[in-house]
Amino acid sequence: MAQHKVNYLADGGAPIALTTVDKLVNWGRSNSLWPLTYGLACCAIEMMATGASRYDFDRFGTIFRASPRQADVIVIAGTLTKKHAEFMRRLYDQMPDPKWVISMGSCANTGGMFNTYATVQGADRIVPVDIYLPGCAPRPETLQYALMMLQKKIRRESIFRANKKKRLV
Amino acid sequence: MRKYTSKTDVQAKSYYNDRFYVTPTLPRSKASDDEVYSKDIEALSAKFEISENYVENKELVIYIQPDKNVEVLTYLKEELEYDMCMELSAVDYIASRGGFEIFYEMLSMSKHRRMRVKTFIRQKQPLESIINVFKMASWSEREMYDMYGVKVVNHPNMKRILMPDDWYDYPLRKTYPLTGDEAASWYEVDKIFGKEARDIIGPEIRDCAAIDRYDTERFSRLGHEVPFGTDITDGKEPEHTPLAYQEEGGVRFIKKLNEEDSVTIKERR
Amino acid sequence: MQQQVNRLKPFFENIHFEREDNTMMVNFGPQHPSAHGQMRLMLELQGEEIVKATPGVGYLHRGMEKMGENMIYNEFLPTTDRMDYIASTSNNYGYALAVEQLLGIEAPRRAEVIRTMLLEINRLMSHLFWLATHALDVGAMSVFLYAFREREFAMDLMEDYCGARLTHSAVRIGGVPLDLPAGWCDDLEKFCGILMTEVEKYEGLLTENRIWRMRLENVGVIDTQMAKQWACSGIVLRASGVKWDLRREMPYGLYPELDFDVPIGETGCSYARYKLHMQEMRETVKILRQLIPMYNESESQLMAHAPEYISAPKEEIMTQNYSLMQHFVLVTQGMRPPKGEVYVATESPKGELAFMIVSDGSPYAYKMKLRAPSFWHTGLLEDLLPGHQLADVVTIIGNLNVVFGEIDR
Repeated sequence: MAQHKVNYLADGGAPIALTTVDKLVNWGRSNSLWPLTYGLACCAIEMMATGASRYDFDRFGTIFRASPRQADVIVIAGTLTKKHAEFMRRLYDQMPDPKWVISMGSCANTGGMFNTYATVQGADRIVPVDIYLPGCAPRPETLQYALMMLQKKIRRESIFRANKKKRLV
Repeated sequence: MRKYTSKTDVQAKSYYNDRFYVTPTLPRSKASDDEVYSKDIEALSAKFEISENYVENKELVIYIQPDKNVEVLTYLKEELEYDMCMELSAVDYIASRGGFEIFYEMLSMSKHRRMRVKTFIRQKQPLESIINVFKMASWSEREMYDMYGVKVVNHPNMKRILMPDDWYDYPLRKTYPLTGDEAASWYEVDKIFGKEARDIIGPEIRDCAAIDRYDTERFSRLGHEVPFGTDITDGKEPEHTPLAYQEEGGVRFIKKLNEEDSVTIKERR
Repeated sequence: MQQQVNRLKPFFENIHFEREDNTMMVNFGPQHPSAHGQMRLMLELQGEEIVKATPGVGYLHRGMEKMGENMIYNEFLPTTDRMDYIASTSNNYGYALAVEQLLGIEAPRRAEVIRTMLLEINRLMSHLFWLATHALDVGAMSVFLYAFREREFAMDLMEDYCGARLTHSAVRIGGVPLDLPAGWCDDLEKFCGILMTEVEKYEGLLTENRIWRMRLENVGVIDTQMAKQWACSGIVLRASGVKWDLRREMPYGLYPELDFDVPIGETGCSYARYKLHMQEMRETVKILRQLIPMYNESESQLMAHAPEYISAPKEEIMTQNYSLMQHFVLVTQGMRPPKGEVYVATESPKGELAFMIVSDGSPYAYKMKLRAPSFWHTGLLEDLLPGHQLADVVTIIGNLNVVFGEIDR
């Protein structure tokens, strides 16, 4: 195959079906999603409550990491303001691939009840979002469900997802 | 011709006003009715020029001259035991009176009384900082400058505090709209991606009732969501995300459920 | 994969390479591993000791004061929830009290009892949250889980009452919208019992703990002069020796009738504030236990009777025509309060939370100033931190009980 110069890592370039490896890698990725501690406002309290004793978040294999370099998923919990938007993007850029974004709560989805001058109307103006969670503040069960949806989404993906070009935001 | 909208006050206005409705006013009483306040007013009027004073909602309100604010507050702190300044800010009366009304909210813990010291300055008139009297002014005056553009002099660190440092215009003024002006609406896009990305990202959606093609509130498309930017023209049914329930593929957590062995808990532990 | 194109370049603004005096700039960036929210604290360190500290806030500024000028009074109530989002009802209550004083009305007895019960439960929620996150920062990580377990019970109570766990908007201007569900008072009594035993356990874990005492005693000492200069209030002021609690000194609501003590500290250090928080939790349980019989004795009116400003109860709206019309006008156009200014302060778990409303008679406020205690508690960090070690910064910030929703509004 090498004489034909097939690039195995390009978009869909691999000629062999790799479903078993896909499933294994995706199983690993989805069952140990490490979120970045990114609580901004009230939703952060619900995120902490999800991580606390009654709604244990650790059973999904998640460990909250403080450094973006060690995190897989960023849960944007709370209102994103224009002053903060720059740092949000910076943190997102610092995360290594593969990375996912869960937008938690109305403020992160669309700006929420704060239709004002200082709020970014939705985190998806800055970063590409995978899962949107409604609620103000969403219940811990909602965050758990969102994580499970994200796990489902990851399991459906091909492991060469990292090479597909995403849109700019 | 388009409808004339006044630009001096772009805040929300009531759309219907009853012609014959007379707005009541909060009752005001005299300072001489309360013994503590009467002594305070006597002492203050002897030293400073108090143009007006009254008691509203159990709190004494006095009007002083703007250039004397440091002296009045020092006197209040040292002689009259109003040793805490709880709040200071401005009220925007640019359109109606041409300036700001600054107020200082004083609290006397020993006398259990509050007093509001008010003064009026023109829009560009400088105001002396009270930071040497009360340190809390270092942040409060910055906030007043940030939100209203009140010029405070002799302040060690007069920078914006709540808005980003390069923000344009002063948000709490009546001329500033709630959703922000042009510079505000593109602020984050310009800062992060540059002006070229304005077309790619698109303007902010400030309409809470906006519904678009991919909105899942439309029942016909529920369960048939497509990724952002997919071309969906009539006739072609693109590859959509199937609606997936949690229990599809089997409930994962409970492998064997034995009805007889299960226990119902009566209350949360 | 390639980095996506944007204009943000890495910058080294925080490290001074060529300074002679060897100070290092550390940026406690807007994103914290500890749970306080978005504060940017720029510290200049000489070795491990802090020489200069500059707190930077504004990363959660959402324009609430401007929203207050553009929304009718009832509409603004849920927005006040998001100020101190840990104890939401205390903000709602402060706002409702301010508007009621502007209108010149008083809430009926049962509404006052229910409101005070909710306020004190919120105080417990706030103090438990403070304990959990402070202990987590200092290093006692198991206290986080224990305190959150108790907090969940309190949130269950709130959820049974108003349906929401975190952002309650459980009171209305003029009273409360709902009566207590059946059996709520028994649950409350049970919760008080549980909490008293658990507070003993937390104190047993922390109060005489060597590590806890070493990390908290004499750290972040705020003397009385500094506290007064910086407009501190609440526990920060009381720990410095000033006997000032608004519930006792300038009482409002039902507090004149309730019997409780206000603990005062002497040294002004973090340990004093810790002990005050724990003691206040006990006093709050005392208050709750006094309120339960008061509820049973009160008449069942829930909202004040002021047809000009407040809608009628639901049954009347559904059956009487004029009530329906008035309700419609009040909801669509908004009530028109008298012209005037009020400044009303209440004792929230963080300190003196005050609302200054300037009204010009229209349904929208002319100015709505929200006075949040955490604003100045964060400002005083620039005077407090120099002289401390870097490890103390986390202790002090956690100990001062600041909430960024309040600071930035």
